[in-house]
Amino acid sequence: MARSTNRRLLTASPTEGPLLAVEDFRTHFDTPAGLVRAVDGVSLSLERGKTLGIVGESGSGKTVLSRSIMGLLTARNVVRSGSVRFHGQELVGASNSQMRALWGTEMAMVFQDPMTSLNPVMKIGRQITEGLRFHLKLPKDEAGAQALQLLESVGIPDPKRRMEQYPHELSGGMRQRVTIAIALACGPRLLFADEPTTALDVTVQAQILNLLQQQQHERHMGMVLVTHDLGVVAGRTDEIAVMYAGQIVEKAPTTTLFANVRMPYTEALLKSIPKLEQASHTRLQIIGGRPPDLVSPPPGCRFAPRCPYAQPKCHAEAPPLIEAETPGHEFRCWFPVGTQAGHDALERNLEQHLPAAEAAVTGDSHAAGLVEVAAETGGDD
Amino acid sequence: MAGTGTAHLRDGDDVVLRVEDLTVEFKTSAGTVHAVSGISLDVRQGETLGLVGESGCGKSTTGRAIMQLPAPTSGKVLFQGADLASLSGQQLREVRTRLQFIFQDPISSLNPRRKVKDIVAEPLRIWKRGTDAERKARVAEVLDAVGLDPEVAAEKRPHQFSGGQCQRISIARSLVLDPTLVICDEPVSALDVSVQAQILNLLEDMKAQYGLTLIFIAHDLAVVKNISDRVAVMYLGKICEVGAPDDLYATPAHPYTAALLRSIPVPDPTVPPVQSGLLTGDLPSPLDPPSGCRFRTRCPNAQERCALEEPWVRAIGPEHYVACHFPVHGTDAPAHEAPVAVGAPVQ
Repeated sequence: MARSTNRRLLTASPTEGPLLAVEDFRTHFDTPAGLVRAVDGVSLSLERGKTLGIVGESGSGKTVLSRSIMGLLTARNVVRSGSVRFHGQELVGASNSQMRALWGTEMAMVFQDPMTSLNPVMKIGRQITEGLRFHLKLPKDEAGAQALQLLESVGIPDPKRRMEQYPHELSGGMRQRVTIAIALACGPRLLFADEPTTALDVTVQAQILNLLQQQQHERHMGMVLVTHDLGVVAGRTDEIAVMYAGQIVEKAPTTTLFANVRMPYTEALLKSIPKLEQASHTRLQIIGGRPPDLVSPPPGCRFAPRCPYAQPKCHAEAPPLIEAETPGHEFRCWFPVGTQAGHDALERNLEQHLPAAEAAVTGDSHAAGLVEVAAETGGDD
Repeated sequence: MAGTGTAHLRDGDDVVLRVEDLTVEFKTSAGTVHAVSGISLDVRQGETLGLVGESGCGKSTTGRAIMQLPAPTSGKVLFQGADLASLSGQQLREVRTRLQFIFQDPISSLNPRRKVKDIVAEPLRIWKRGTDAERKARVAEVLDAVGLDPEVAAEKRPHQFSGGQCQRISIARSLVLDPTLVICDEPVSALDVSVQAQILNLLEDMKAQYGLTLIFIAHDLAVVKNISDRVAVMYLGKICEVGAPDDLYATPAHPYTAALLRSIPVPDPTVPPVQSGLLTGDLPSPLDPPSGCRFRTRCPNAQERCALEEPWVRAIGPEHYVACHFPVHGTDAPAHEAPVAVGAPVQ
């Protein structure tokens, strides 16, 4: 492929080191209500050929993080700081034209909603060849042939006919295959998939996830899979970062994370999902309340108001990322799960009948409602 | 799949709702949309019936047709003995006090300009139940039951609450008239997983506290299993399989149920994602559904018979029914079943 034009920008970068290295990265939004700390001090790195899962609930900052890394947040109220190095090249502060040279050819993104991320008035074929012609300067017929090949490789039957169709003529799963084809068109080395299957039915979700995995292996890309569903990342990532209120609260190799949870939030997330192997009417454990306001997050641990383990120290002092015994496993907690300190903390909270602890242990939905009320009335004072 | 038939219906005084041969069709400029085609269901007192299926299977349409919102094209909806389709407007309004609905989006289903106490008290006011003081006490009681502090919540408006809290308010509103049956249409799919667990447990608690019967409509099989006593799997306007959740999930008989279950990603890294046996292709158009079994175009077991003859719901185990000629386990359907038809014959 003719990618020499884009390689020029990367001449200074050595090929050693990680594909993506993010260091103390922040993305804040300056709003009339105050500075929203959507991403607040995130560090991570990704090697080529590996998949990183970023898991979090709505408002945890996972989507802002991936878009901000790619430089897609261009509004004037966005404040980015810290460092994002892609193949050694610093992206924080890079100009739009520098970024444009990377988009498509070096890094690409698959968005959540294939309905809105495709242009409704442009034929499928043209949407794929657009990138090939603009970035790779391919002549028209060559771009067309390559688009056809791409559609075939993402499993679209009868690609010739599809090239001539508009997005509304395709089903949701087919549309998502098209957006994947567009993202892969110029052979990126890093692929962001932001909730790529959330808008899709479960049978289609399985197909799309398999397709992403297969393409990632074949093309030896680095992939960042952003999702709220721990089931989606469990079998398909090498490493997982759990985000809460703009920060990474736990990060570990996938198998370690599931086997040795340290952060109470991760534990609570895992225990609150209904699982297929559980008998019907199994009582679910609950996380009471809701995530904090990102304009003025709590001074201590951001999860403390909802945490069943929380002690006075947690409300006062924000925990740093602490190394666990397994290399590469880090967590943000003073009283981690699976340790004596954590065990004692939970016992103490249960003795005092703290609602967050009771909701987690007994699944008391009434107590869980009160956690939120308590957090709010406390905040109003 | 594509099952018509009533083999799975039960007799007895404790059947609160019985739906027979329910058909909902919408006339559009492109033709007739066959949204729901001859399904039968029943729910016993105190039971939770889970209706599960992917988008376009007709599960929400079924829930709405039971409420007569809009009324079904044909078929019977017997609620506590009365056929809702034959009632007058006023009679139907009275029945609806005992038949409540919880919607998917908790924020848009609450009027943003009204205070929570007025939203929850509205059904009482419409039906002129009790004095002002009694209504106020009742509102406080249900708000407290759903885990909201009545003192704090009553004077606020919906935008001051999170999605999970709004869903609690919706539930409070649906409970205030002491209904018999509550139909929940995807009540947790707009919520984060941590909040989803709160609402699922709350529904279980409310069911016990108020003696409710529930129809729980959702696309998430794990959620449906958690809350249901009986599960009905739907595909393209038809019932595929009905059974007790533990049995149905452990030994799915319908190829569609089996494929659905296989597709669900498991939150356990030691279980590799399934690469084979997944469904391929797309949902056929409900404007022109396939002949015979509606699932046959995507079914790994499909044979000639599936195109010619529609399978009828039949028992394959205790409390386990399937509409399939060639189920994953159990015996194949006997040749040319002679089902006992209720209502209109299949086309």
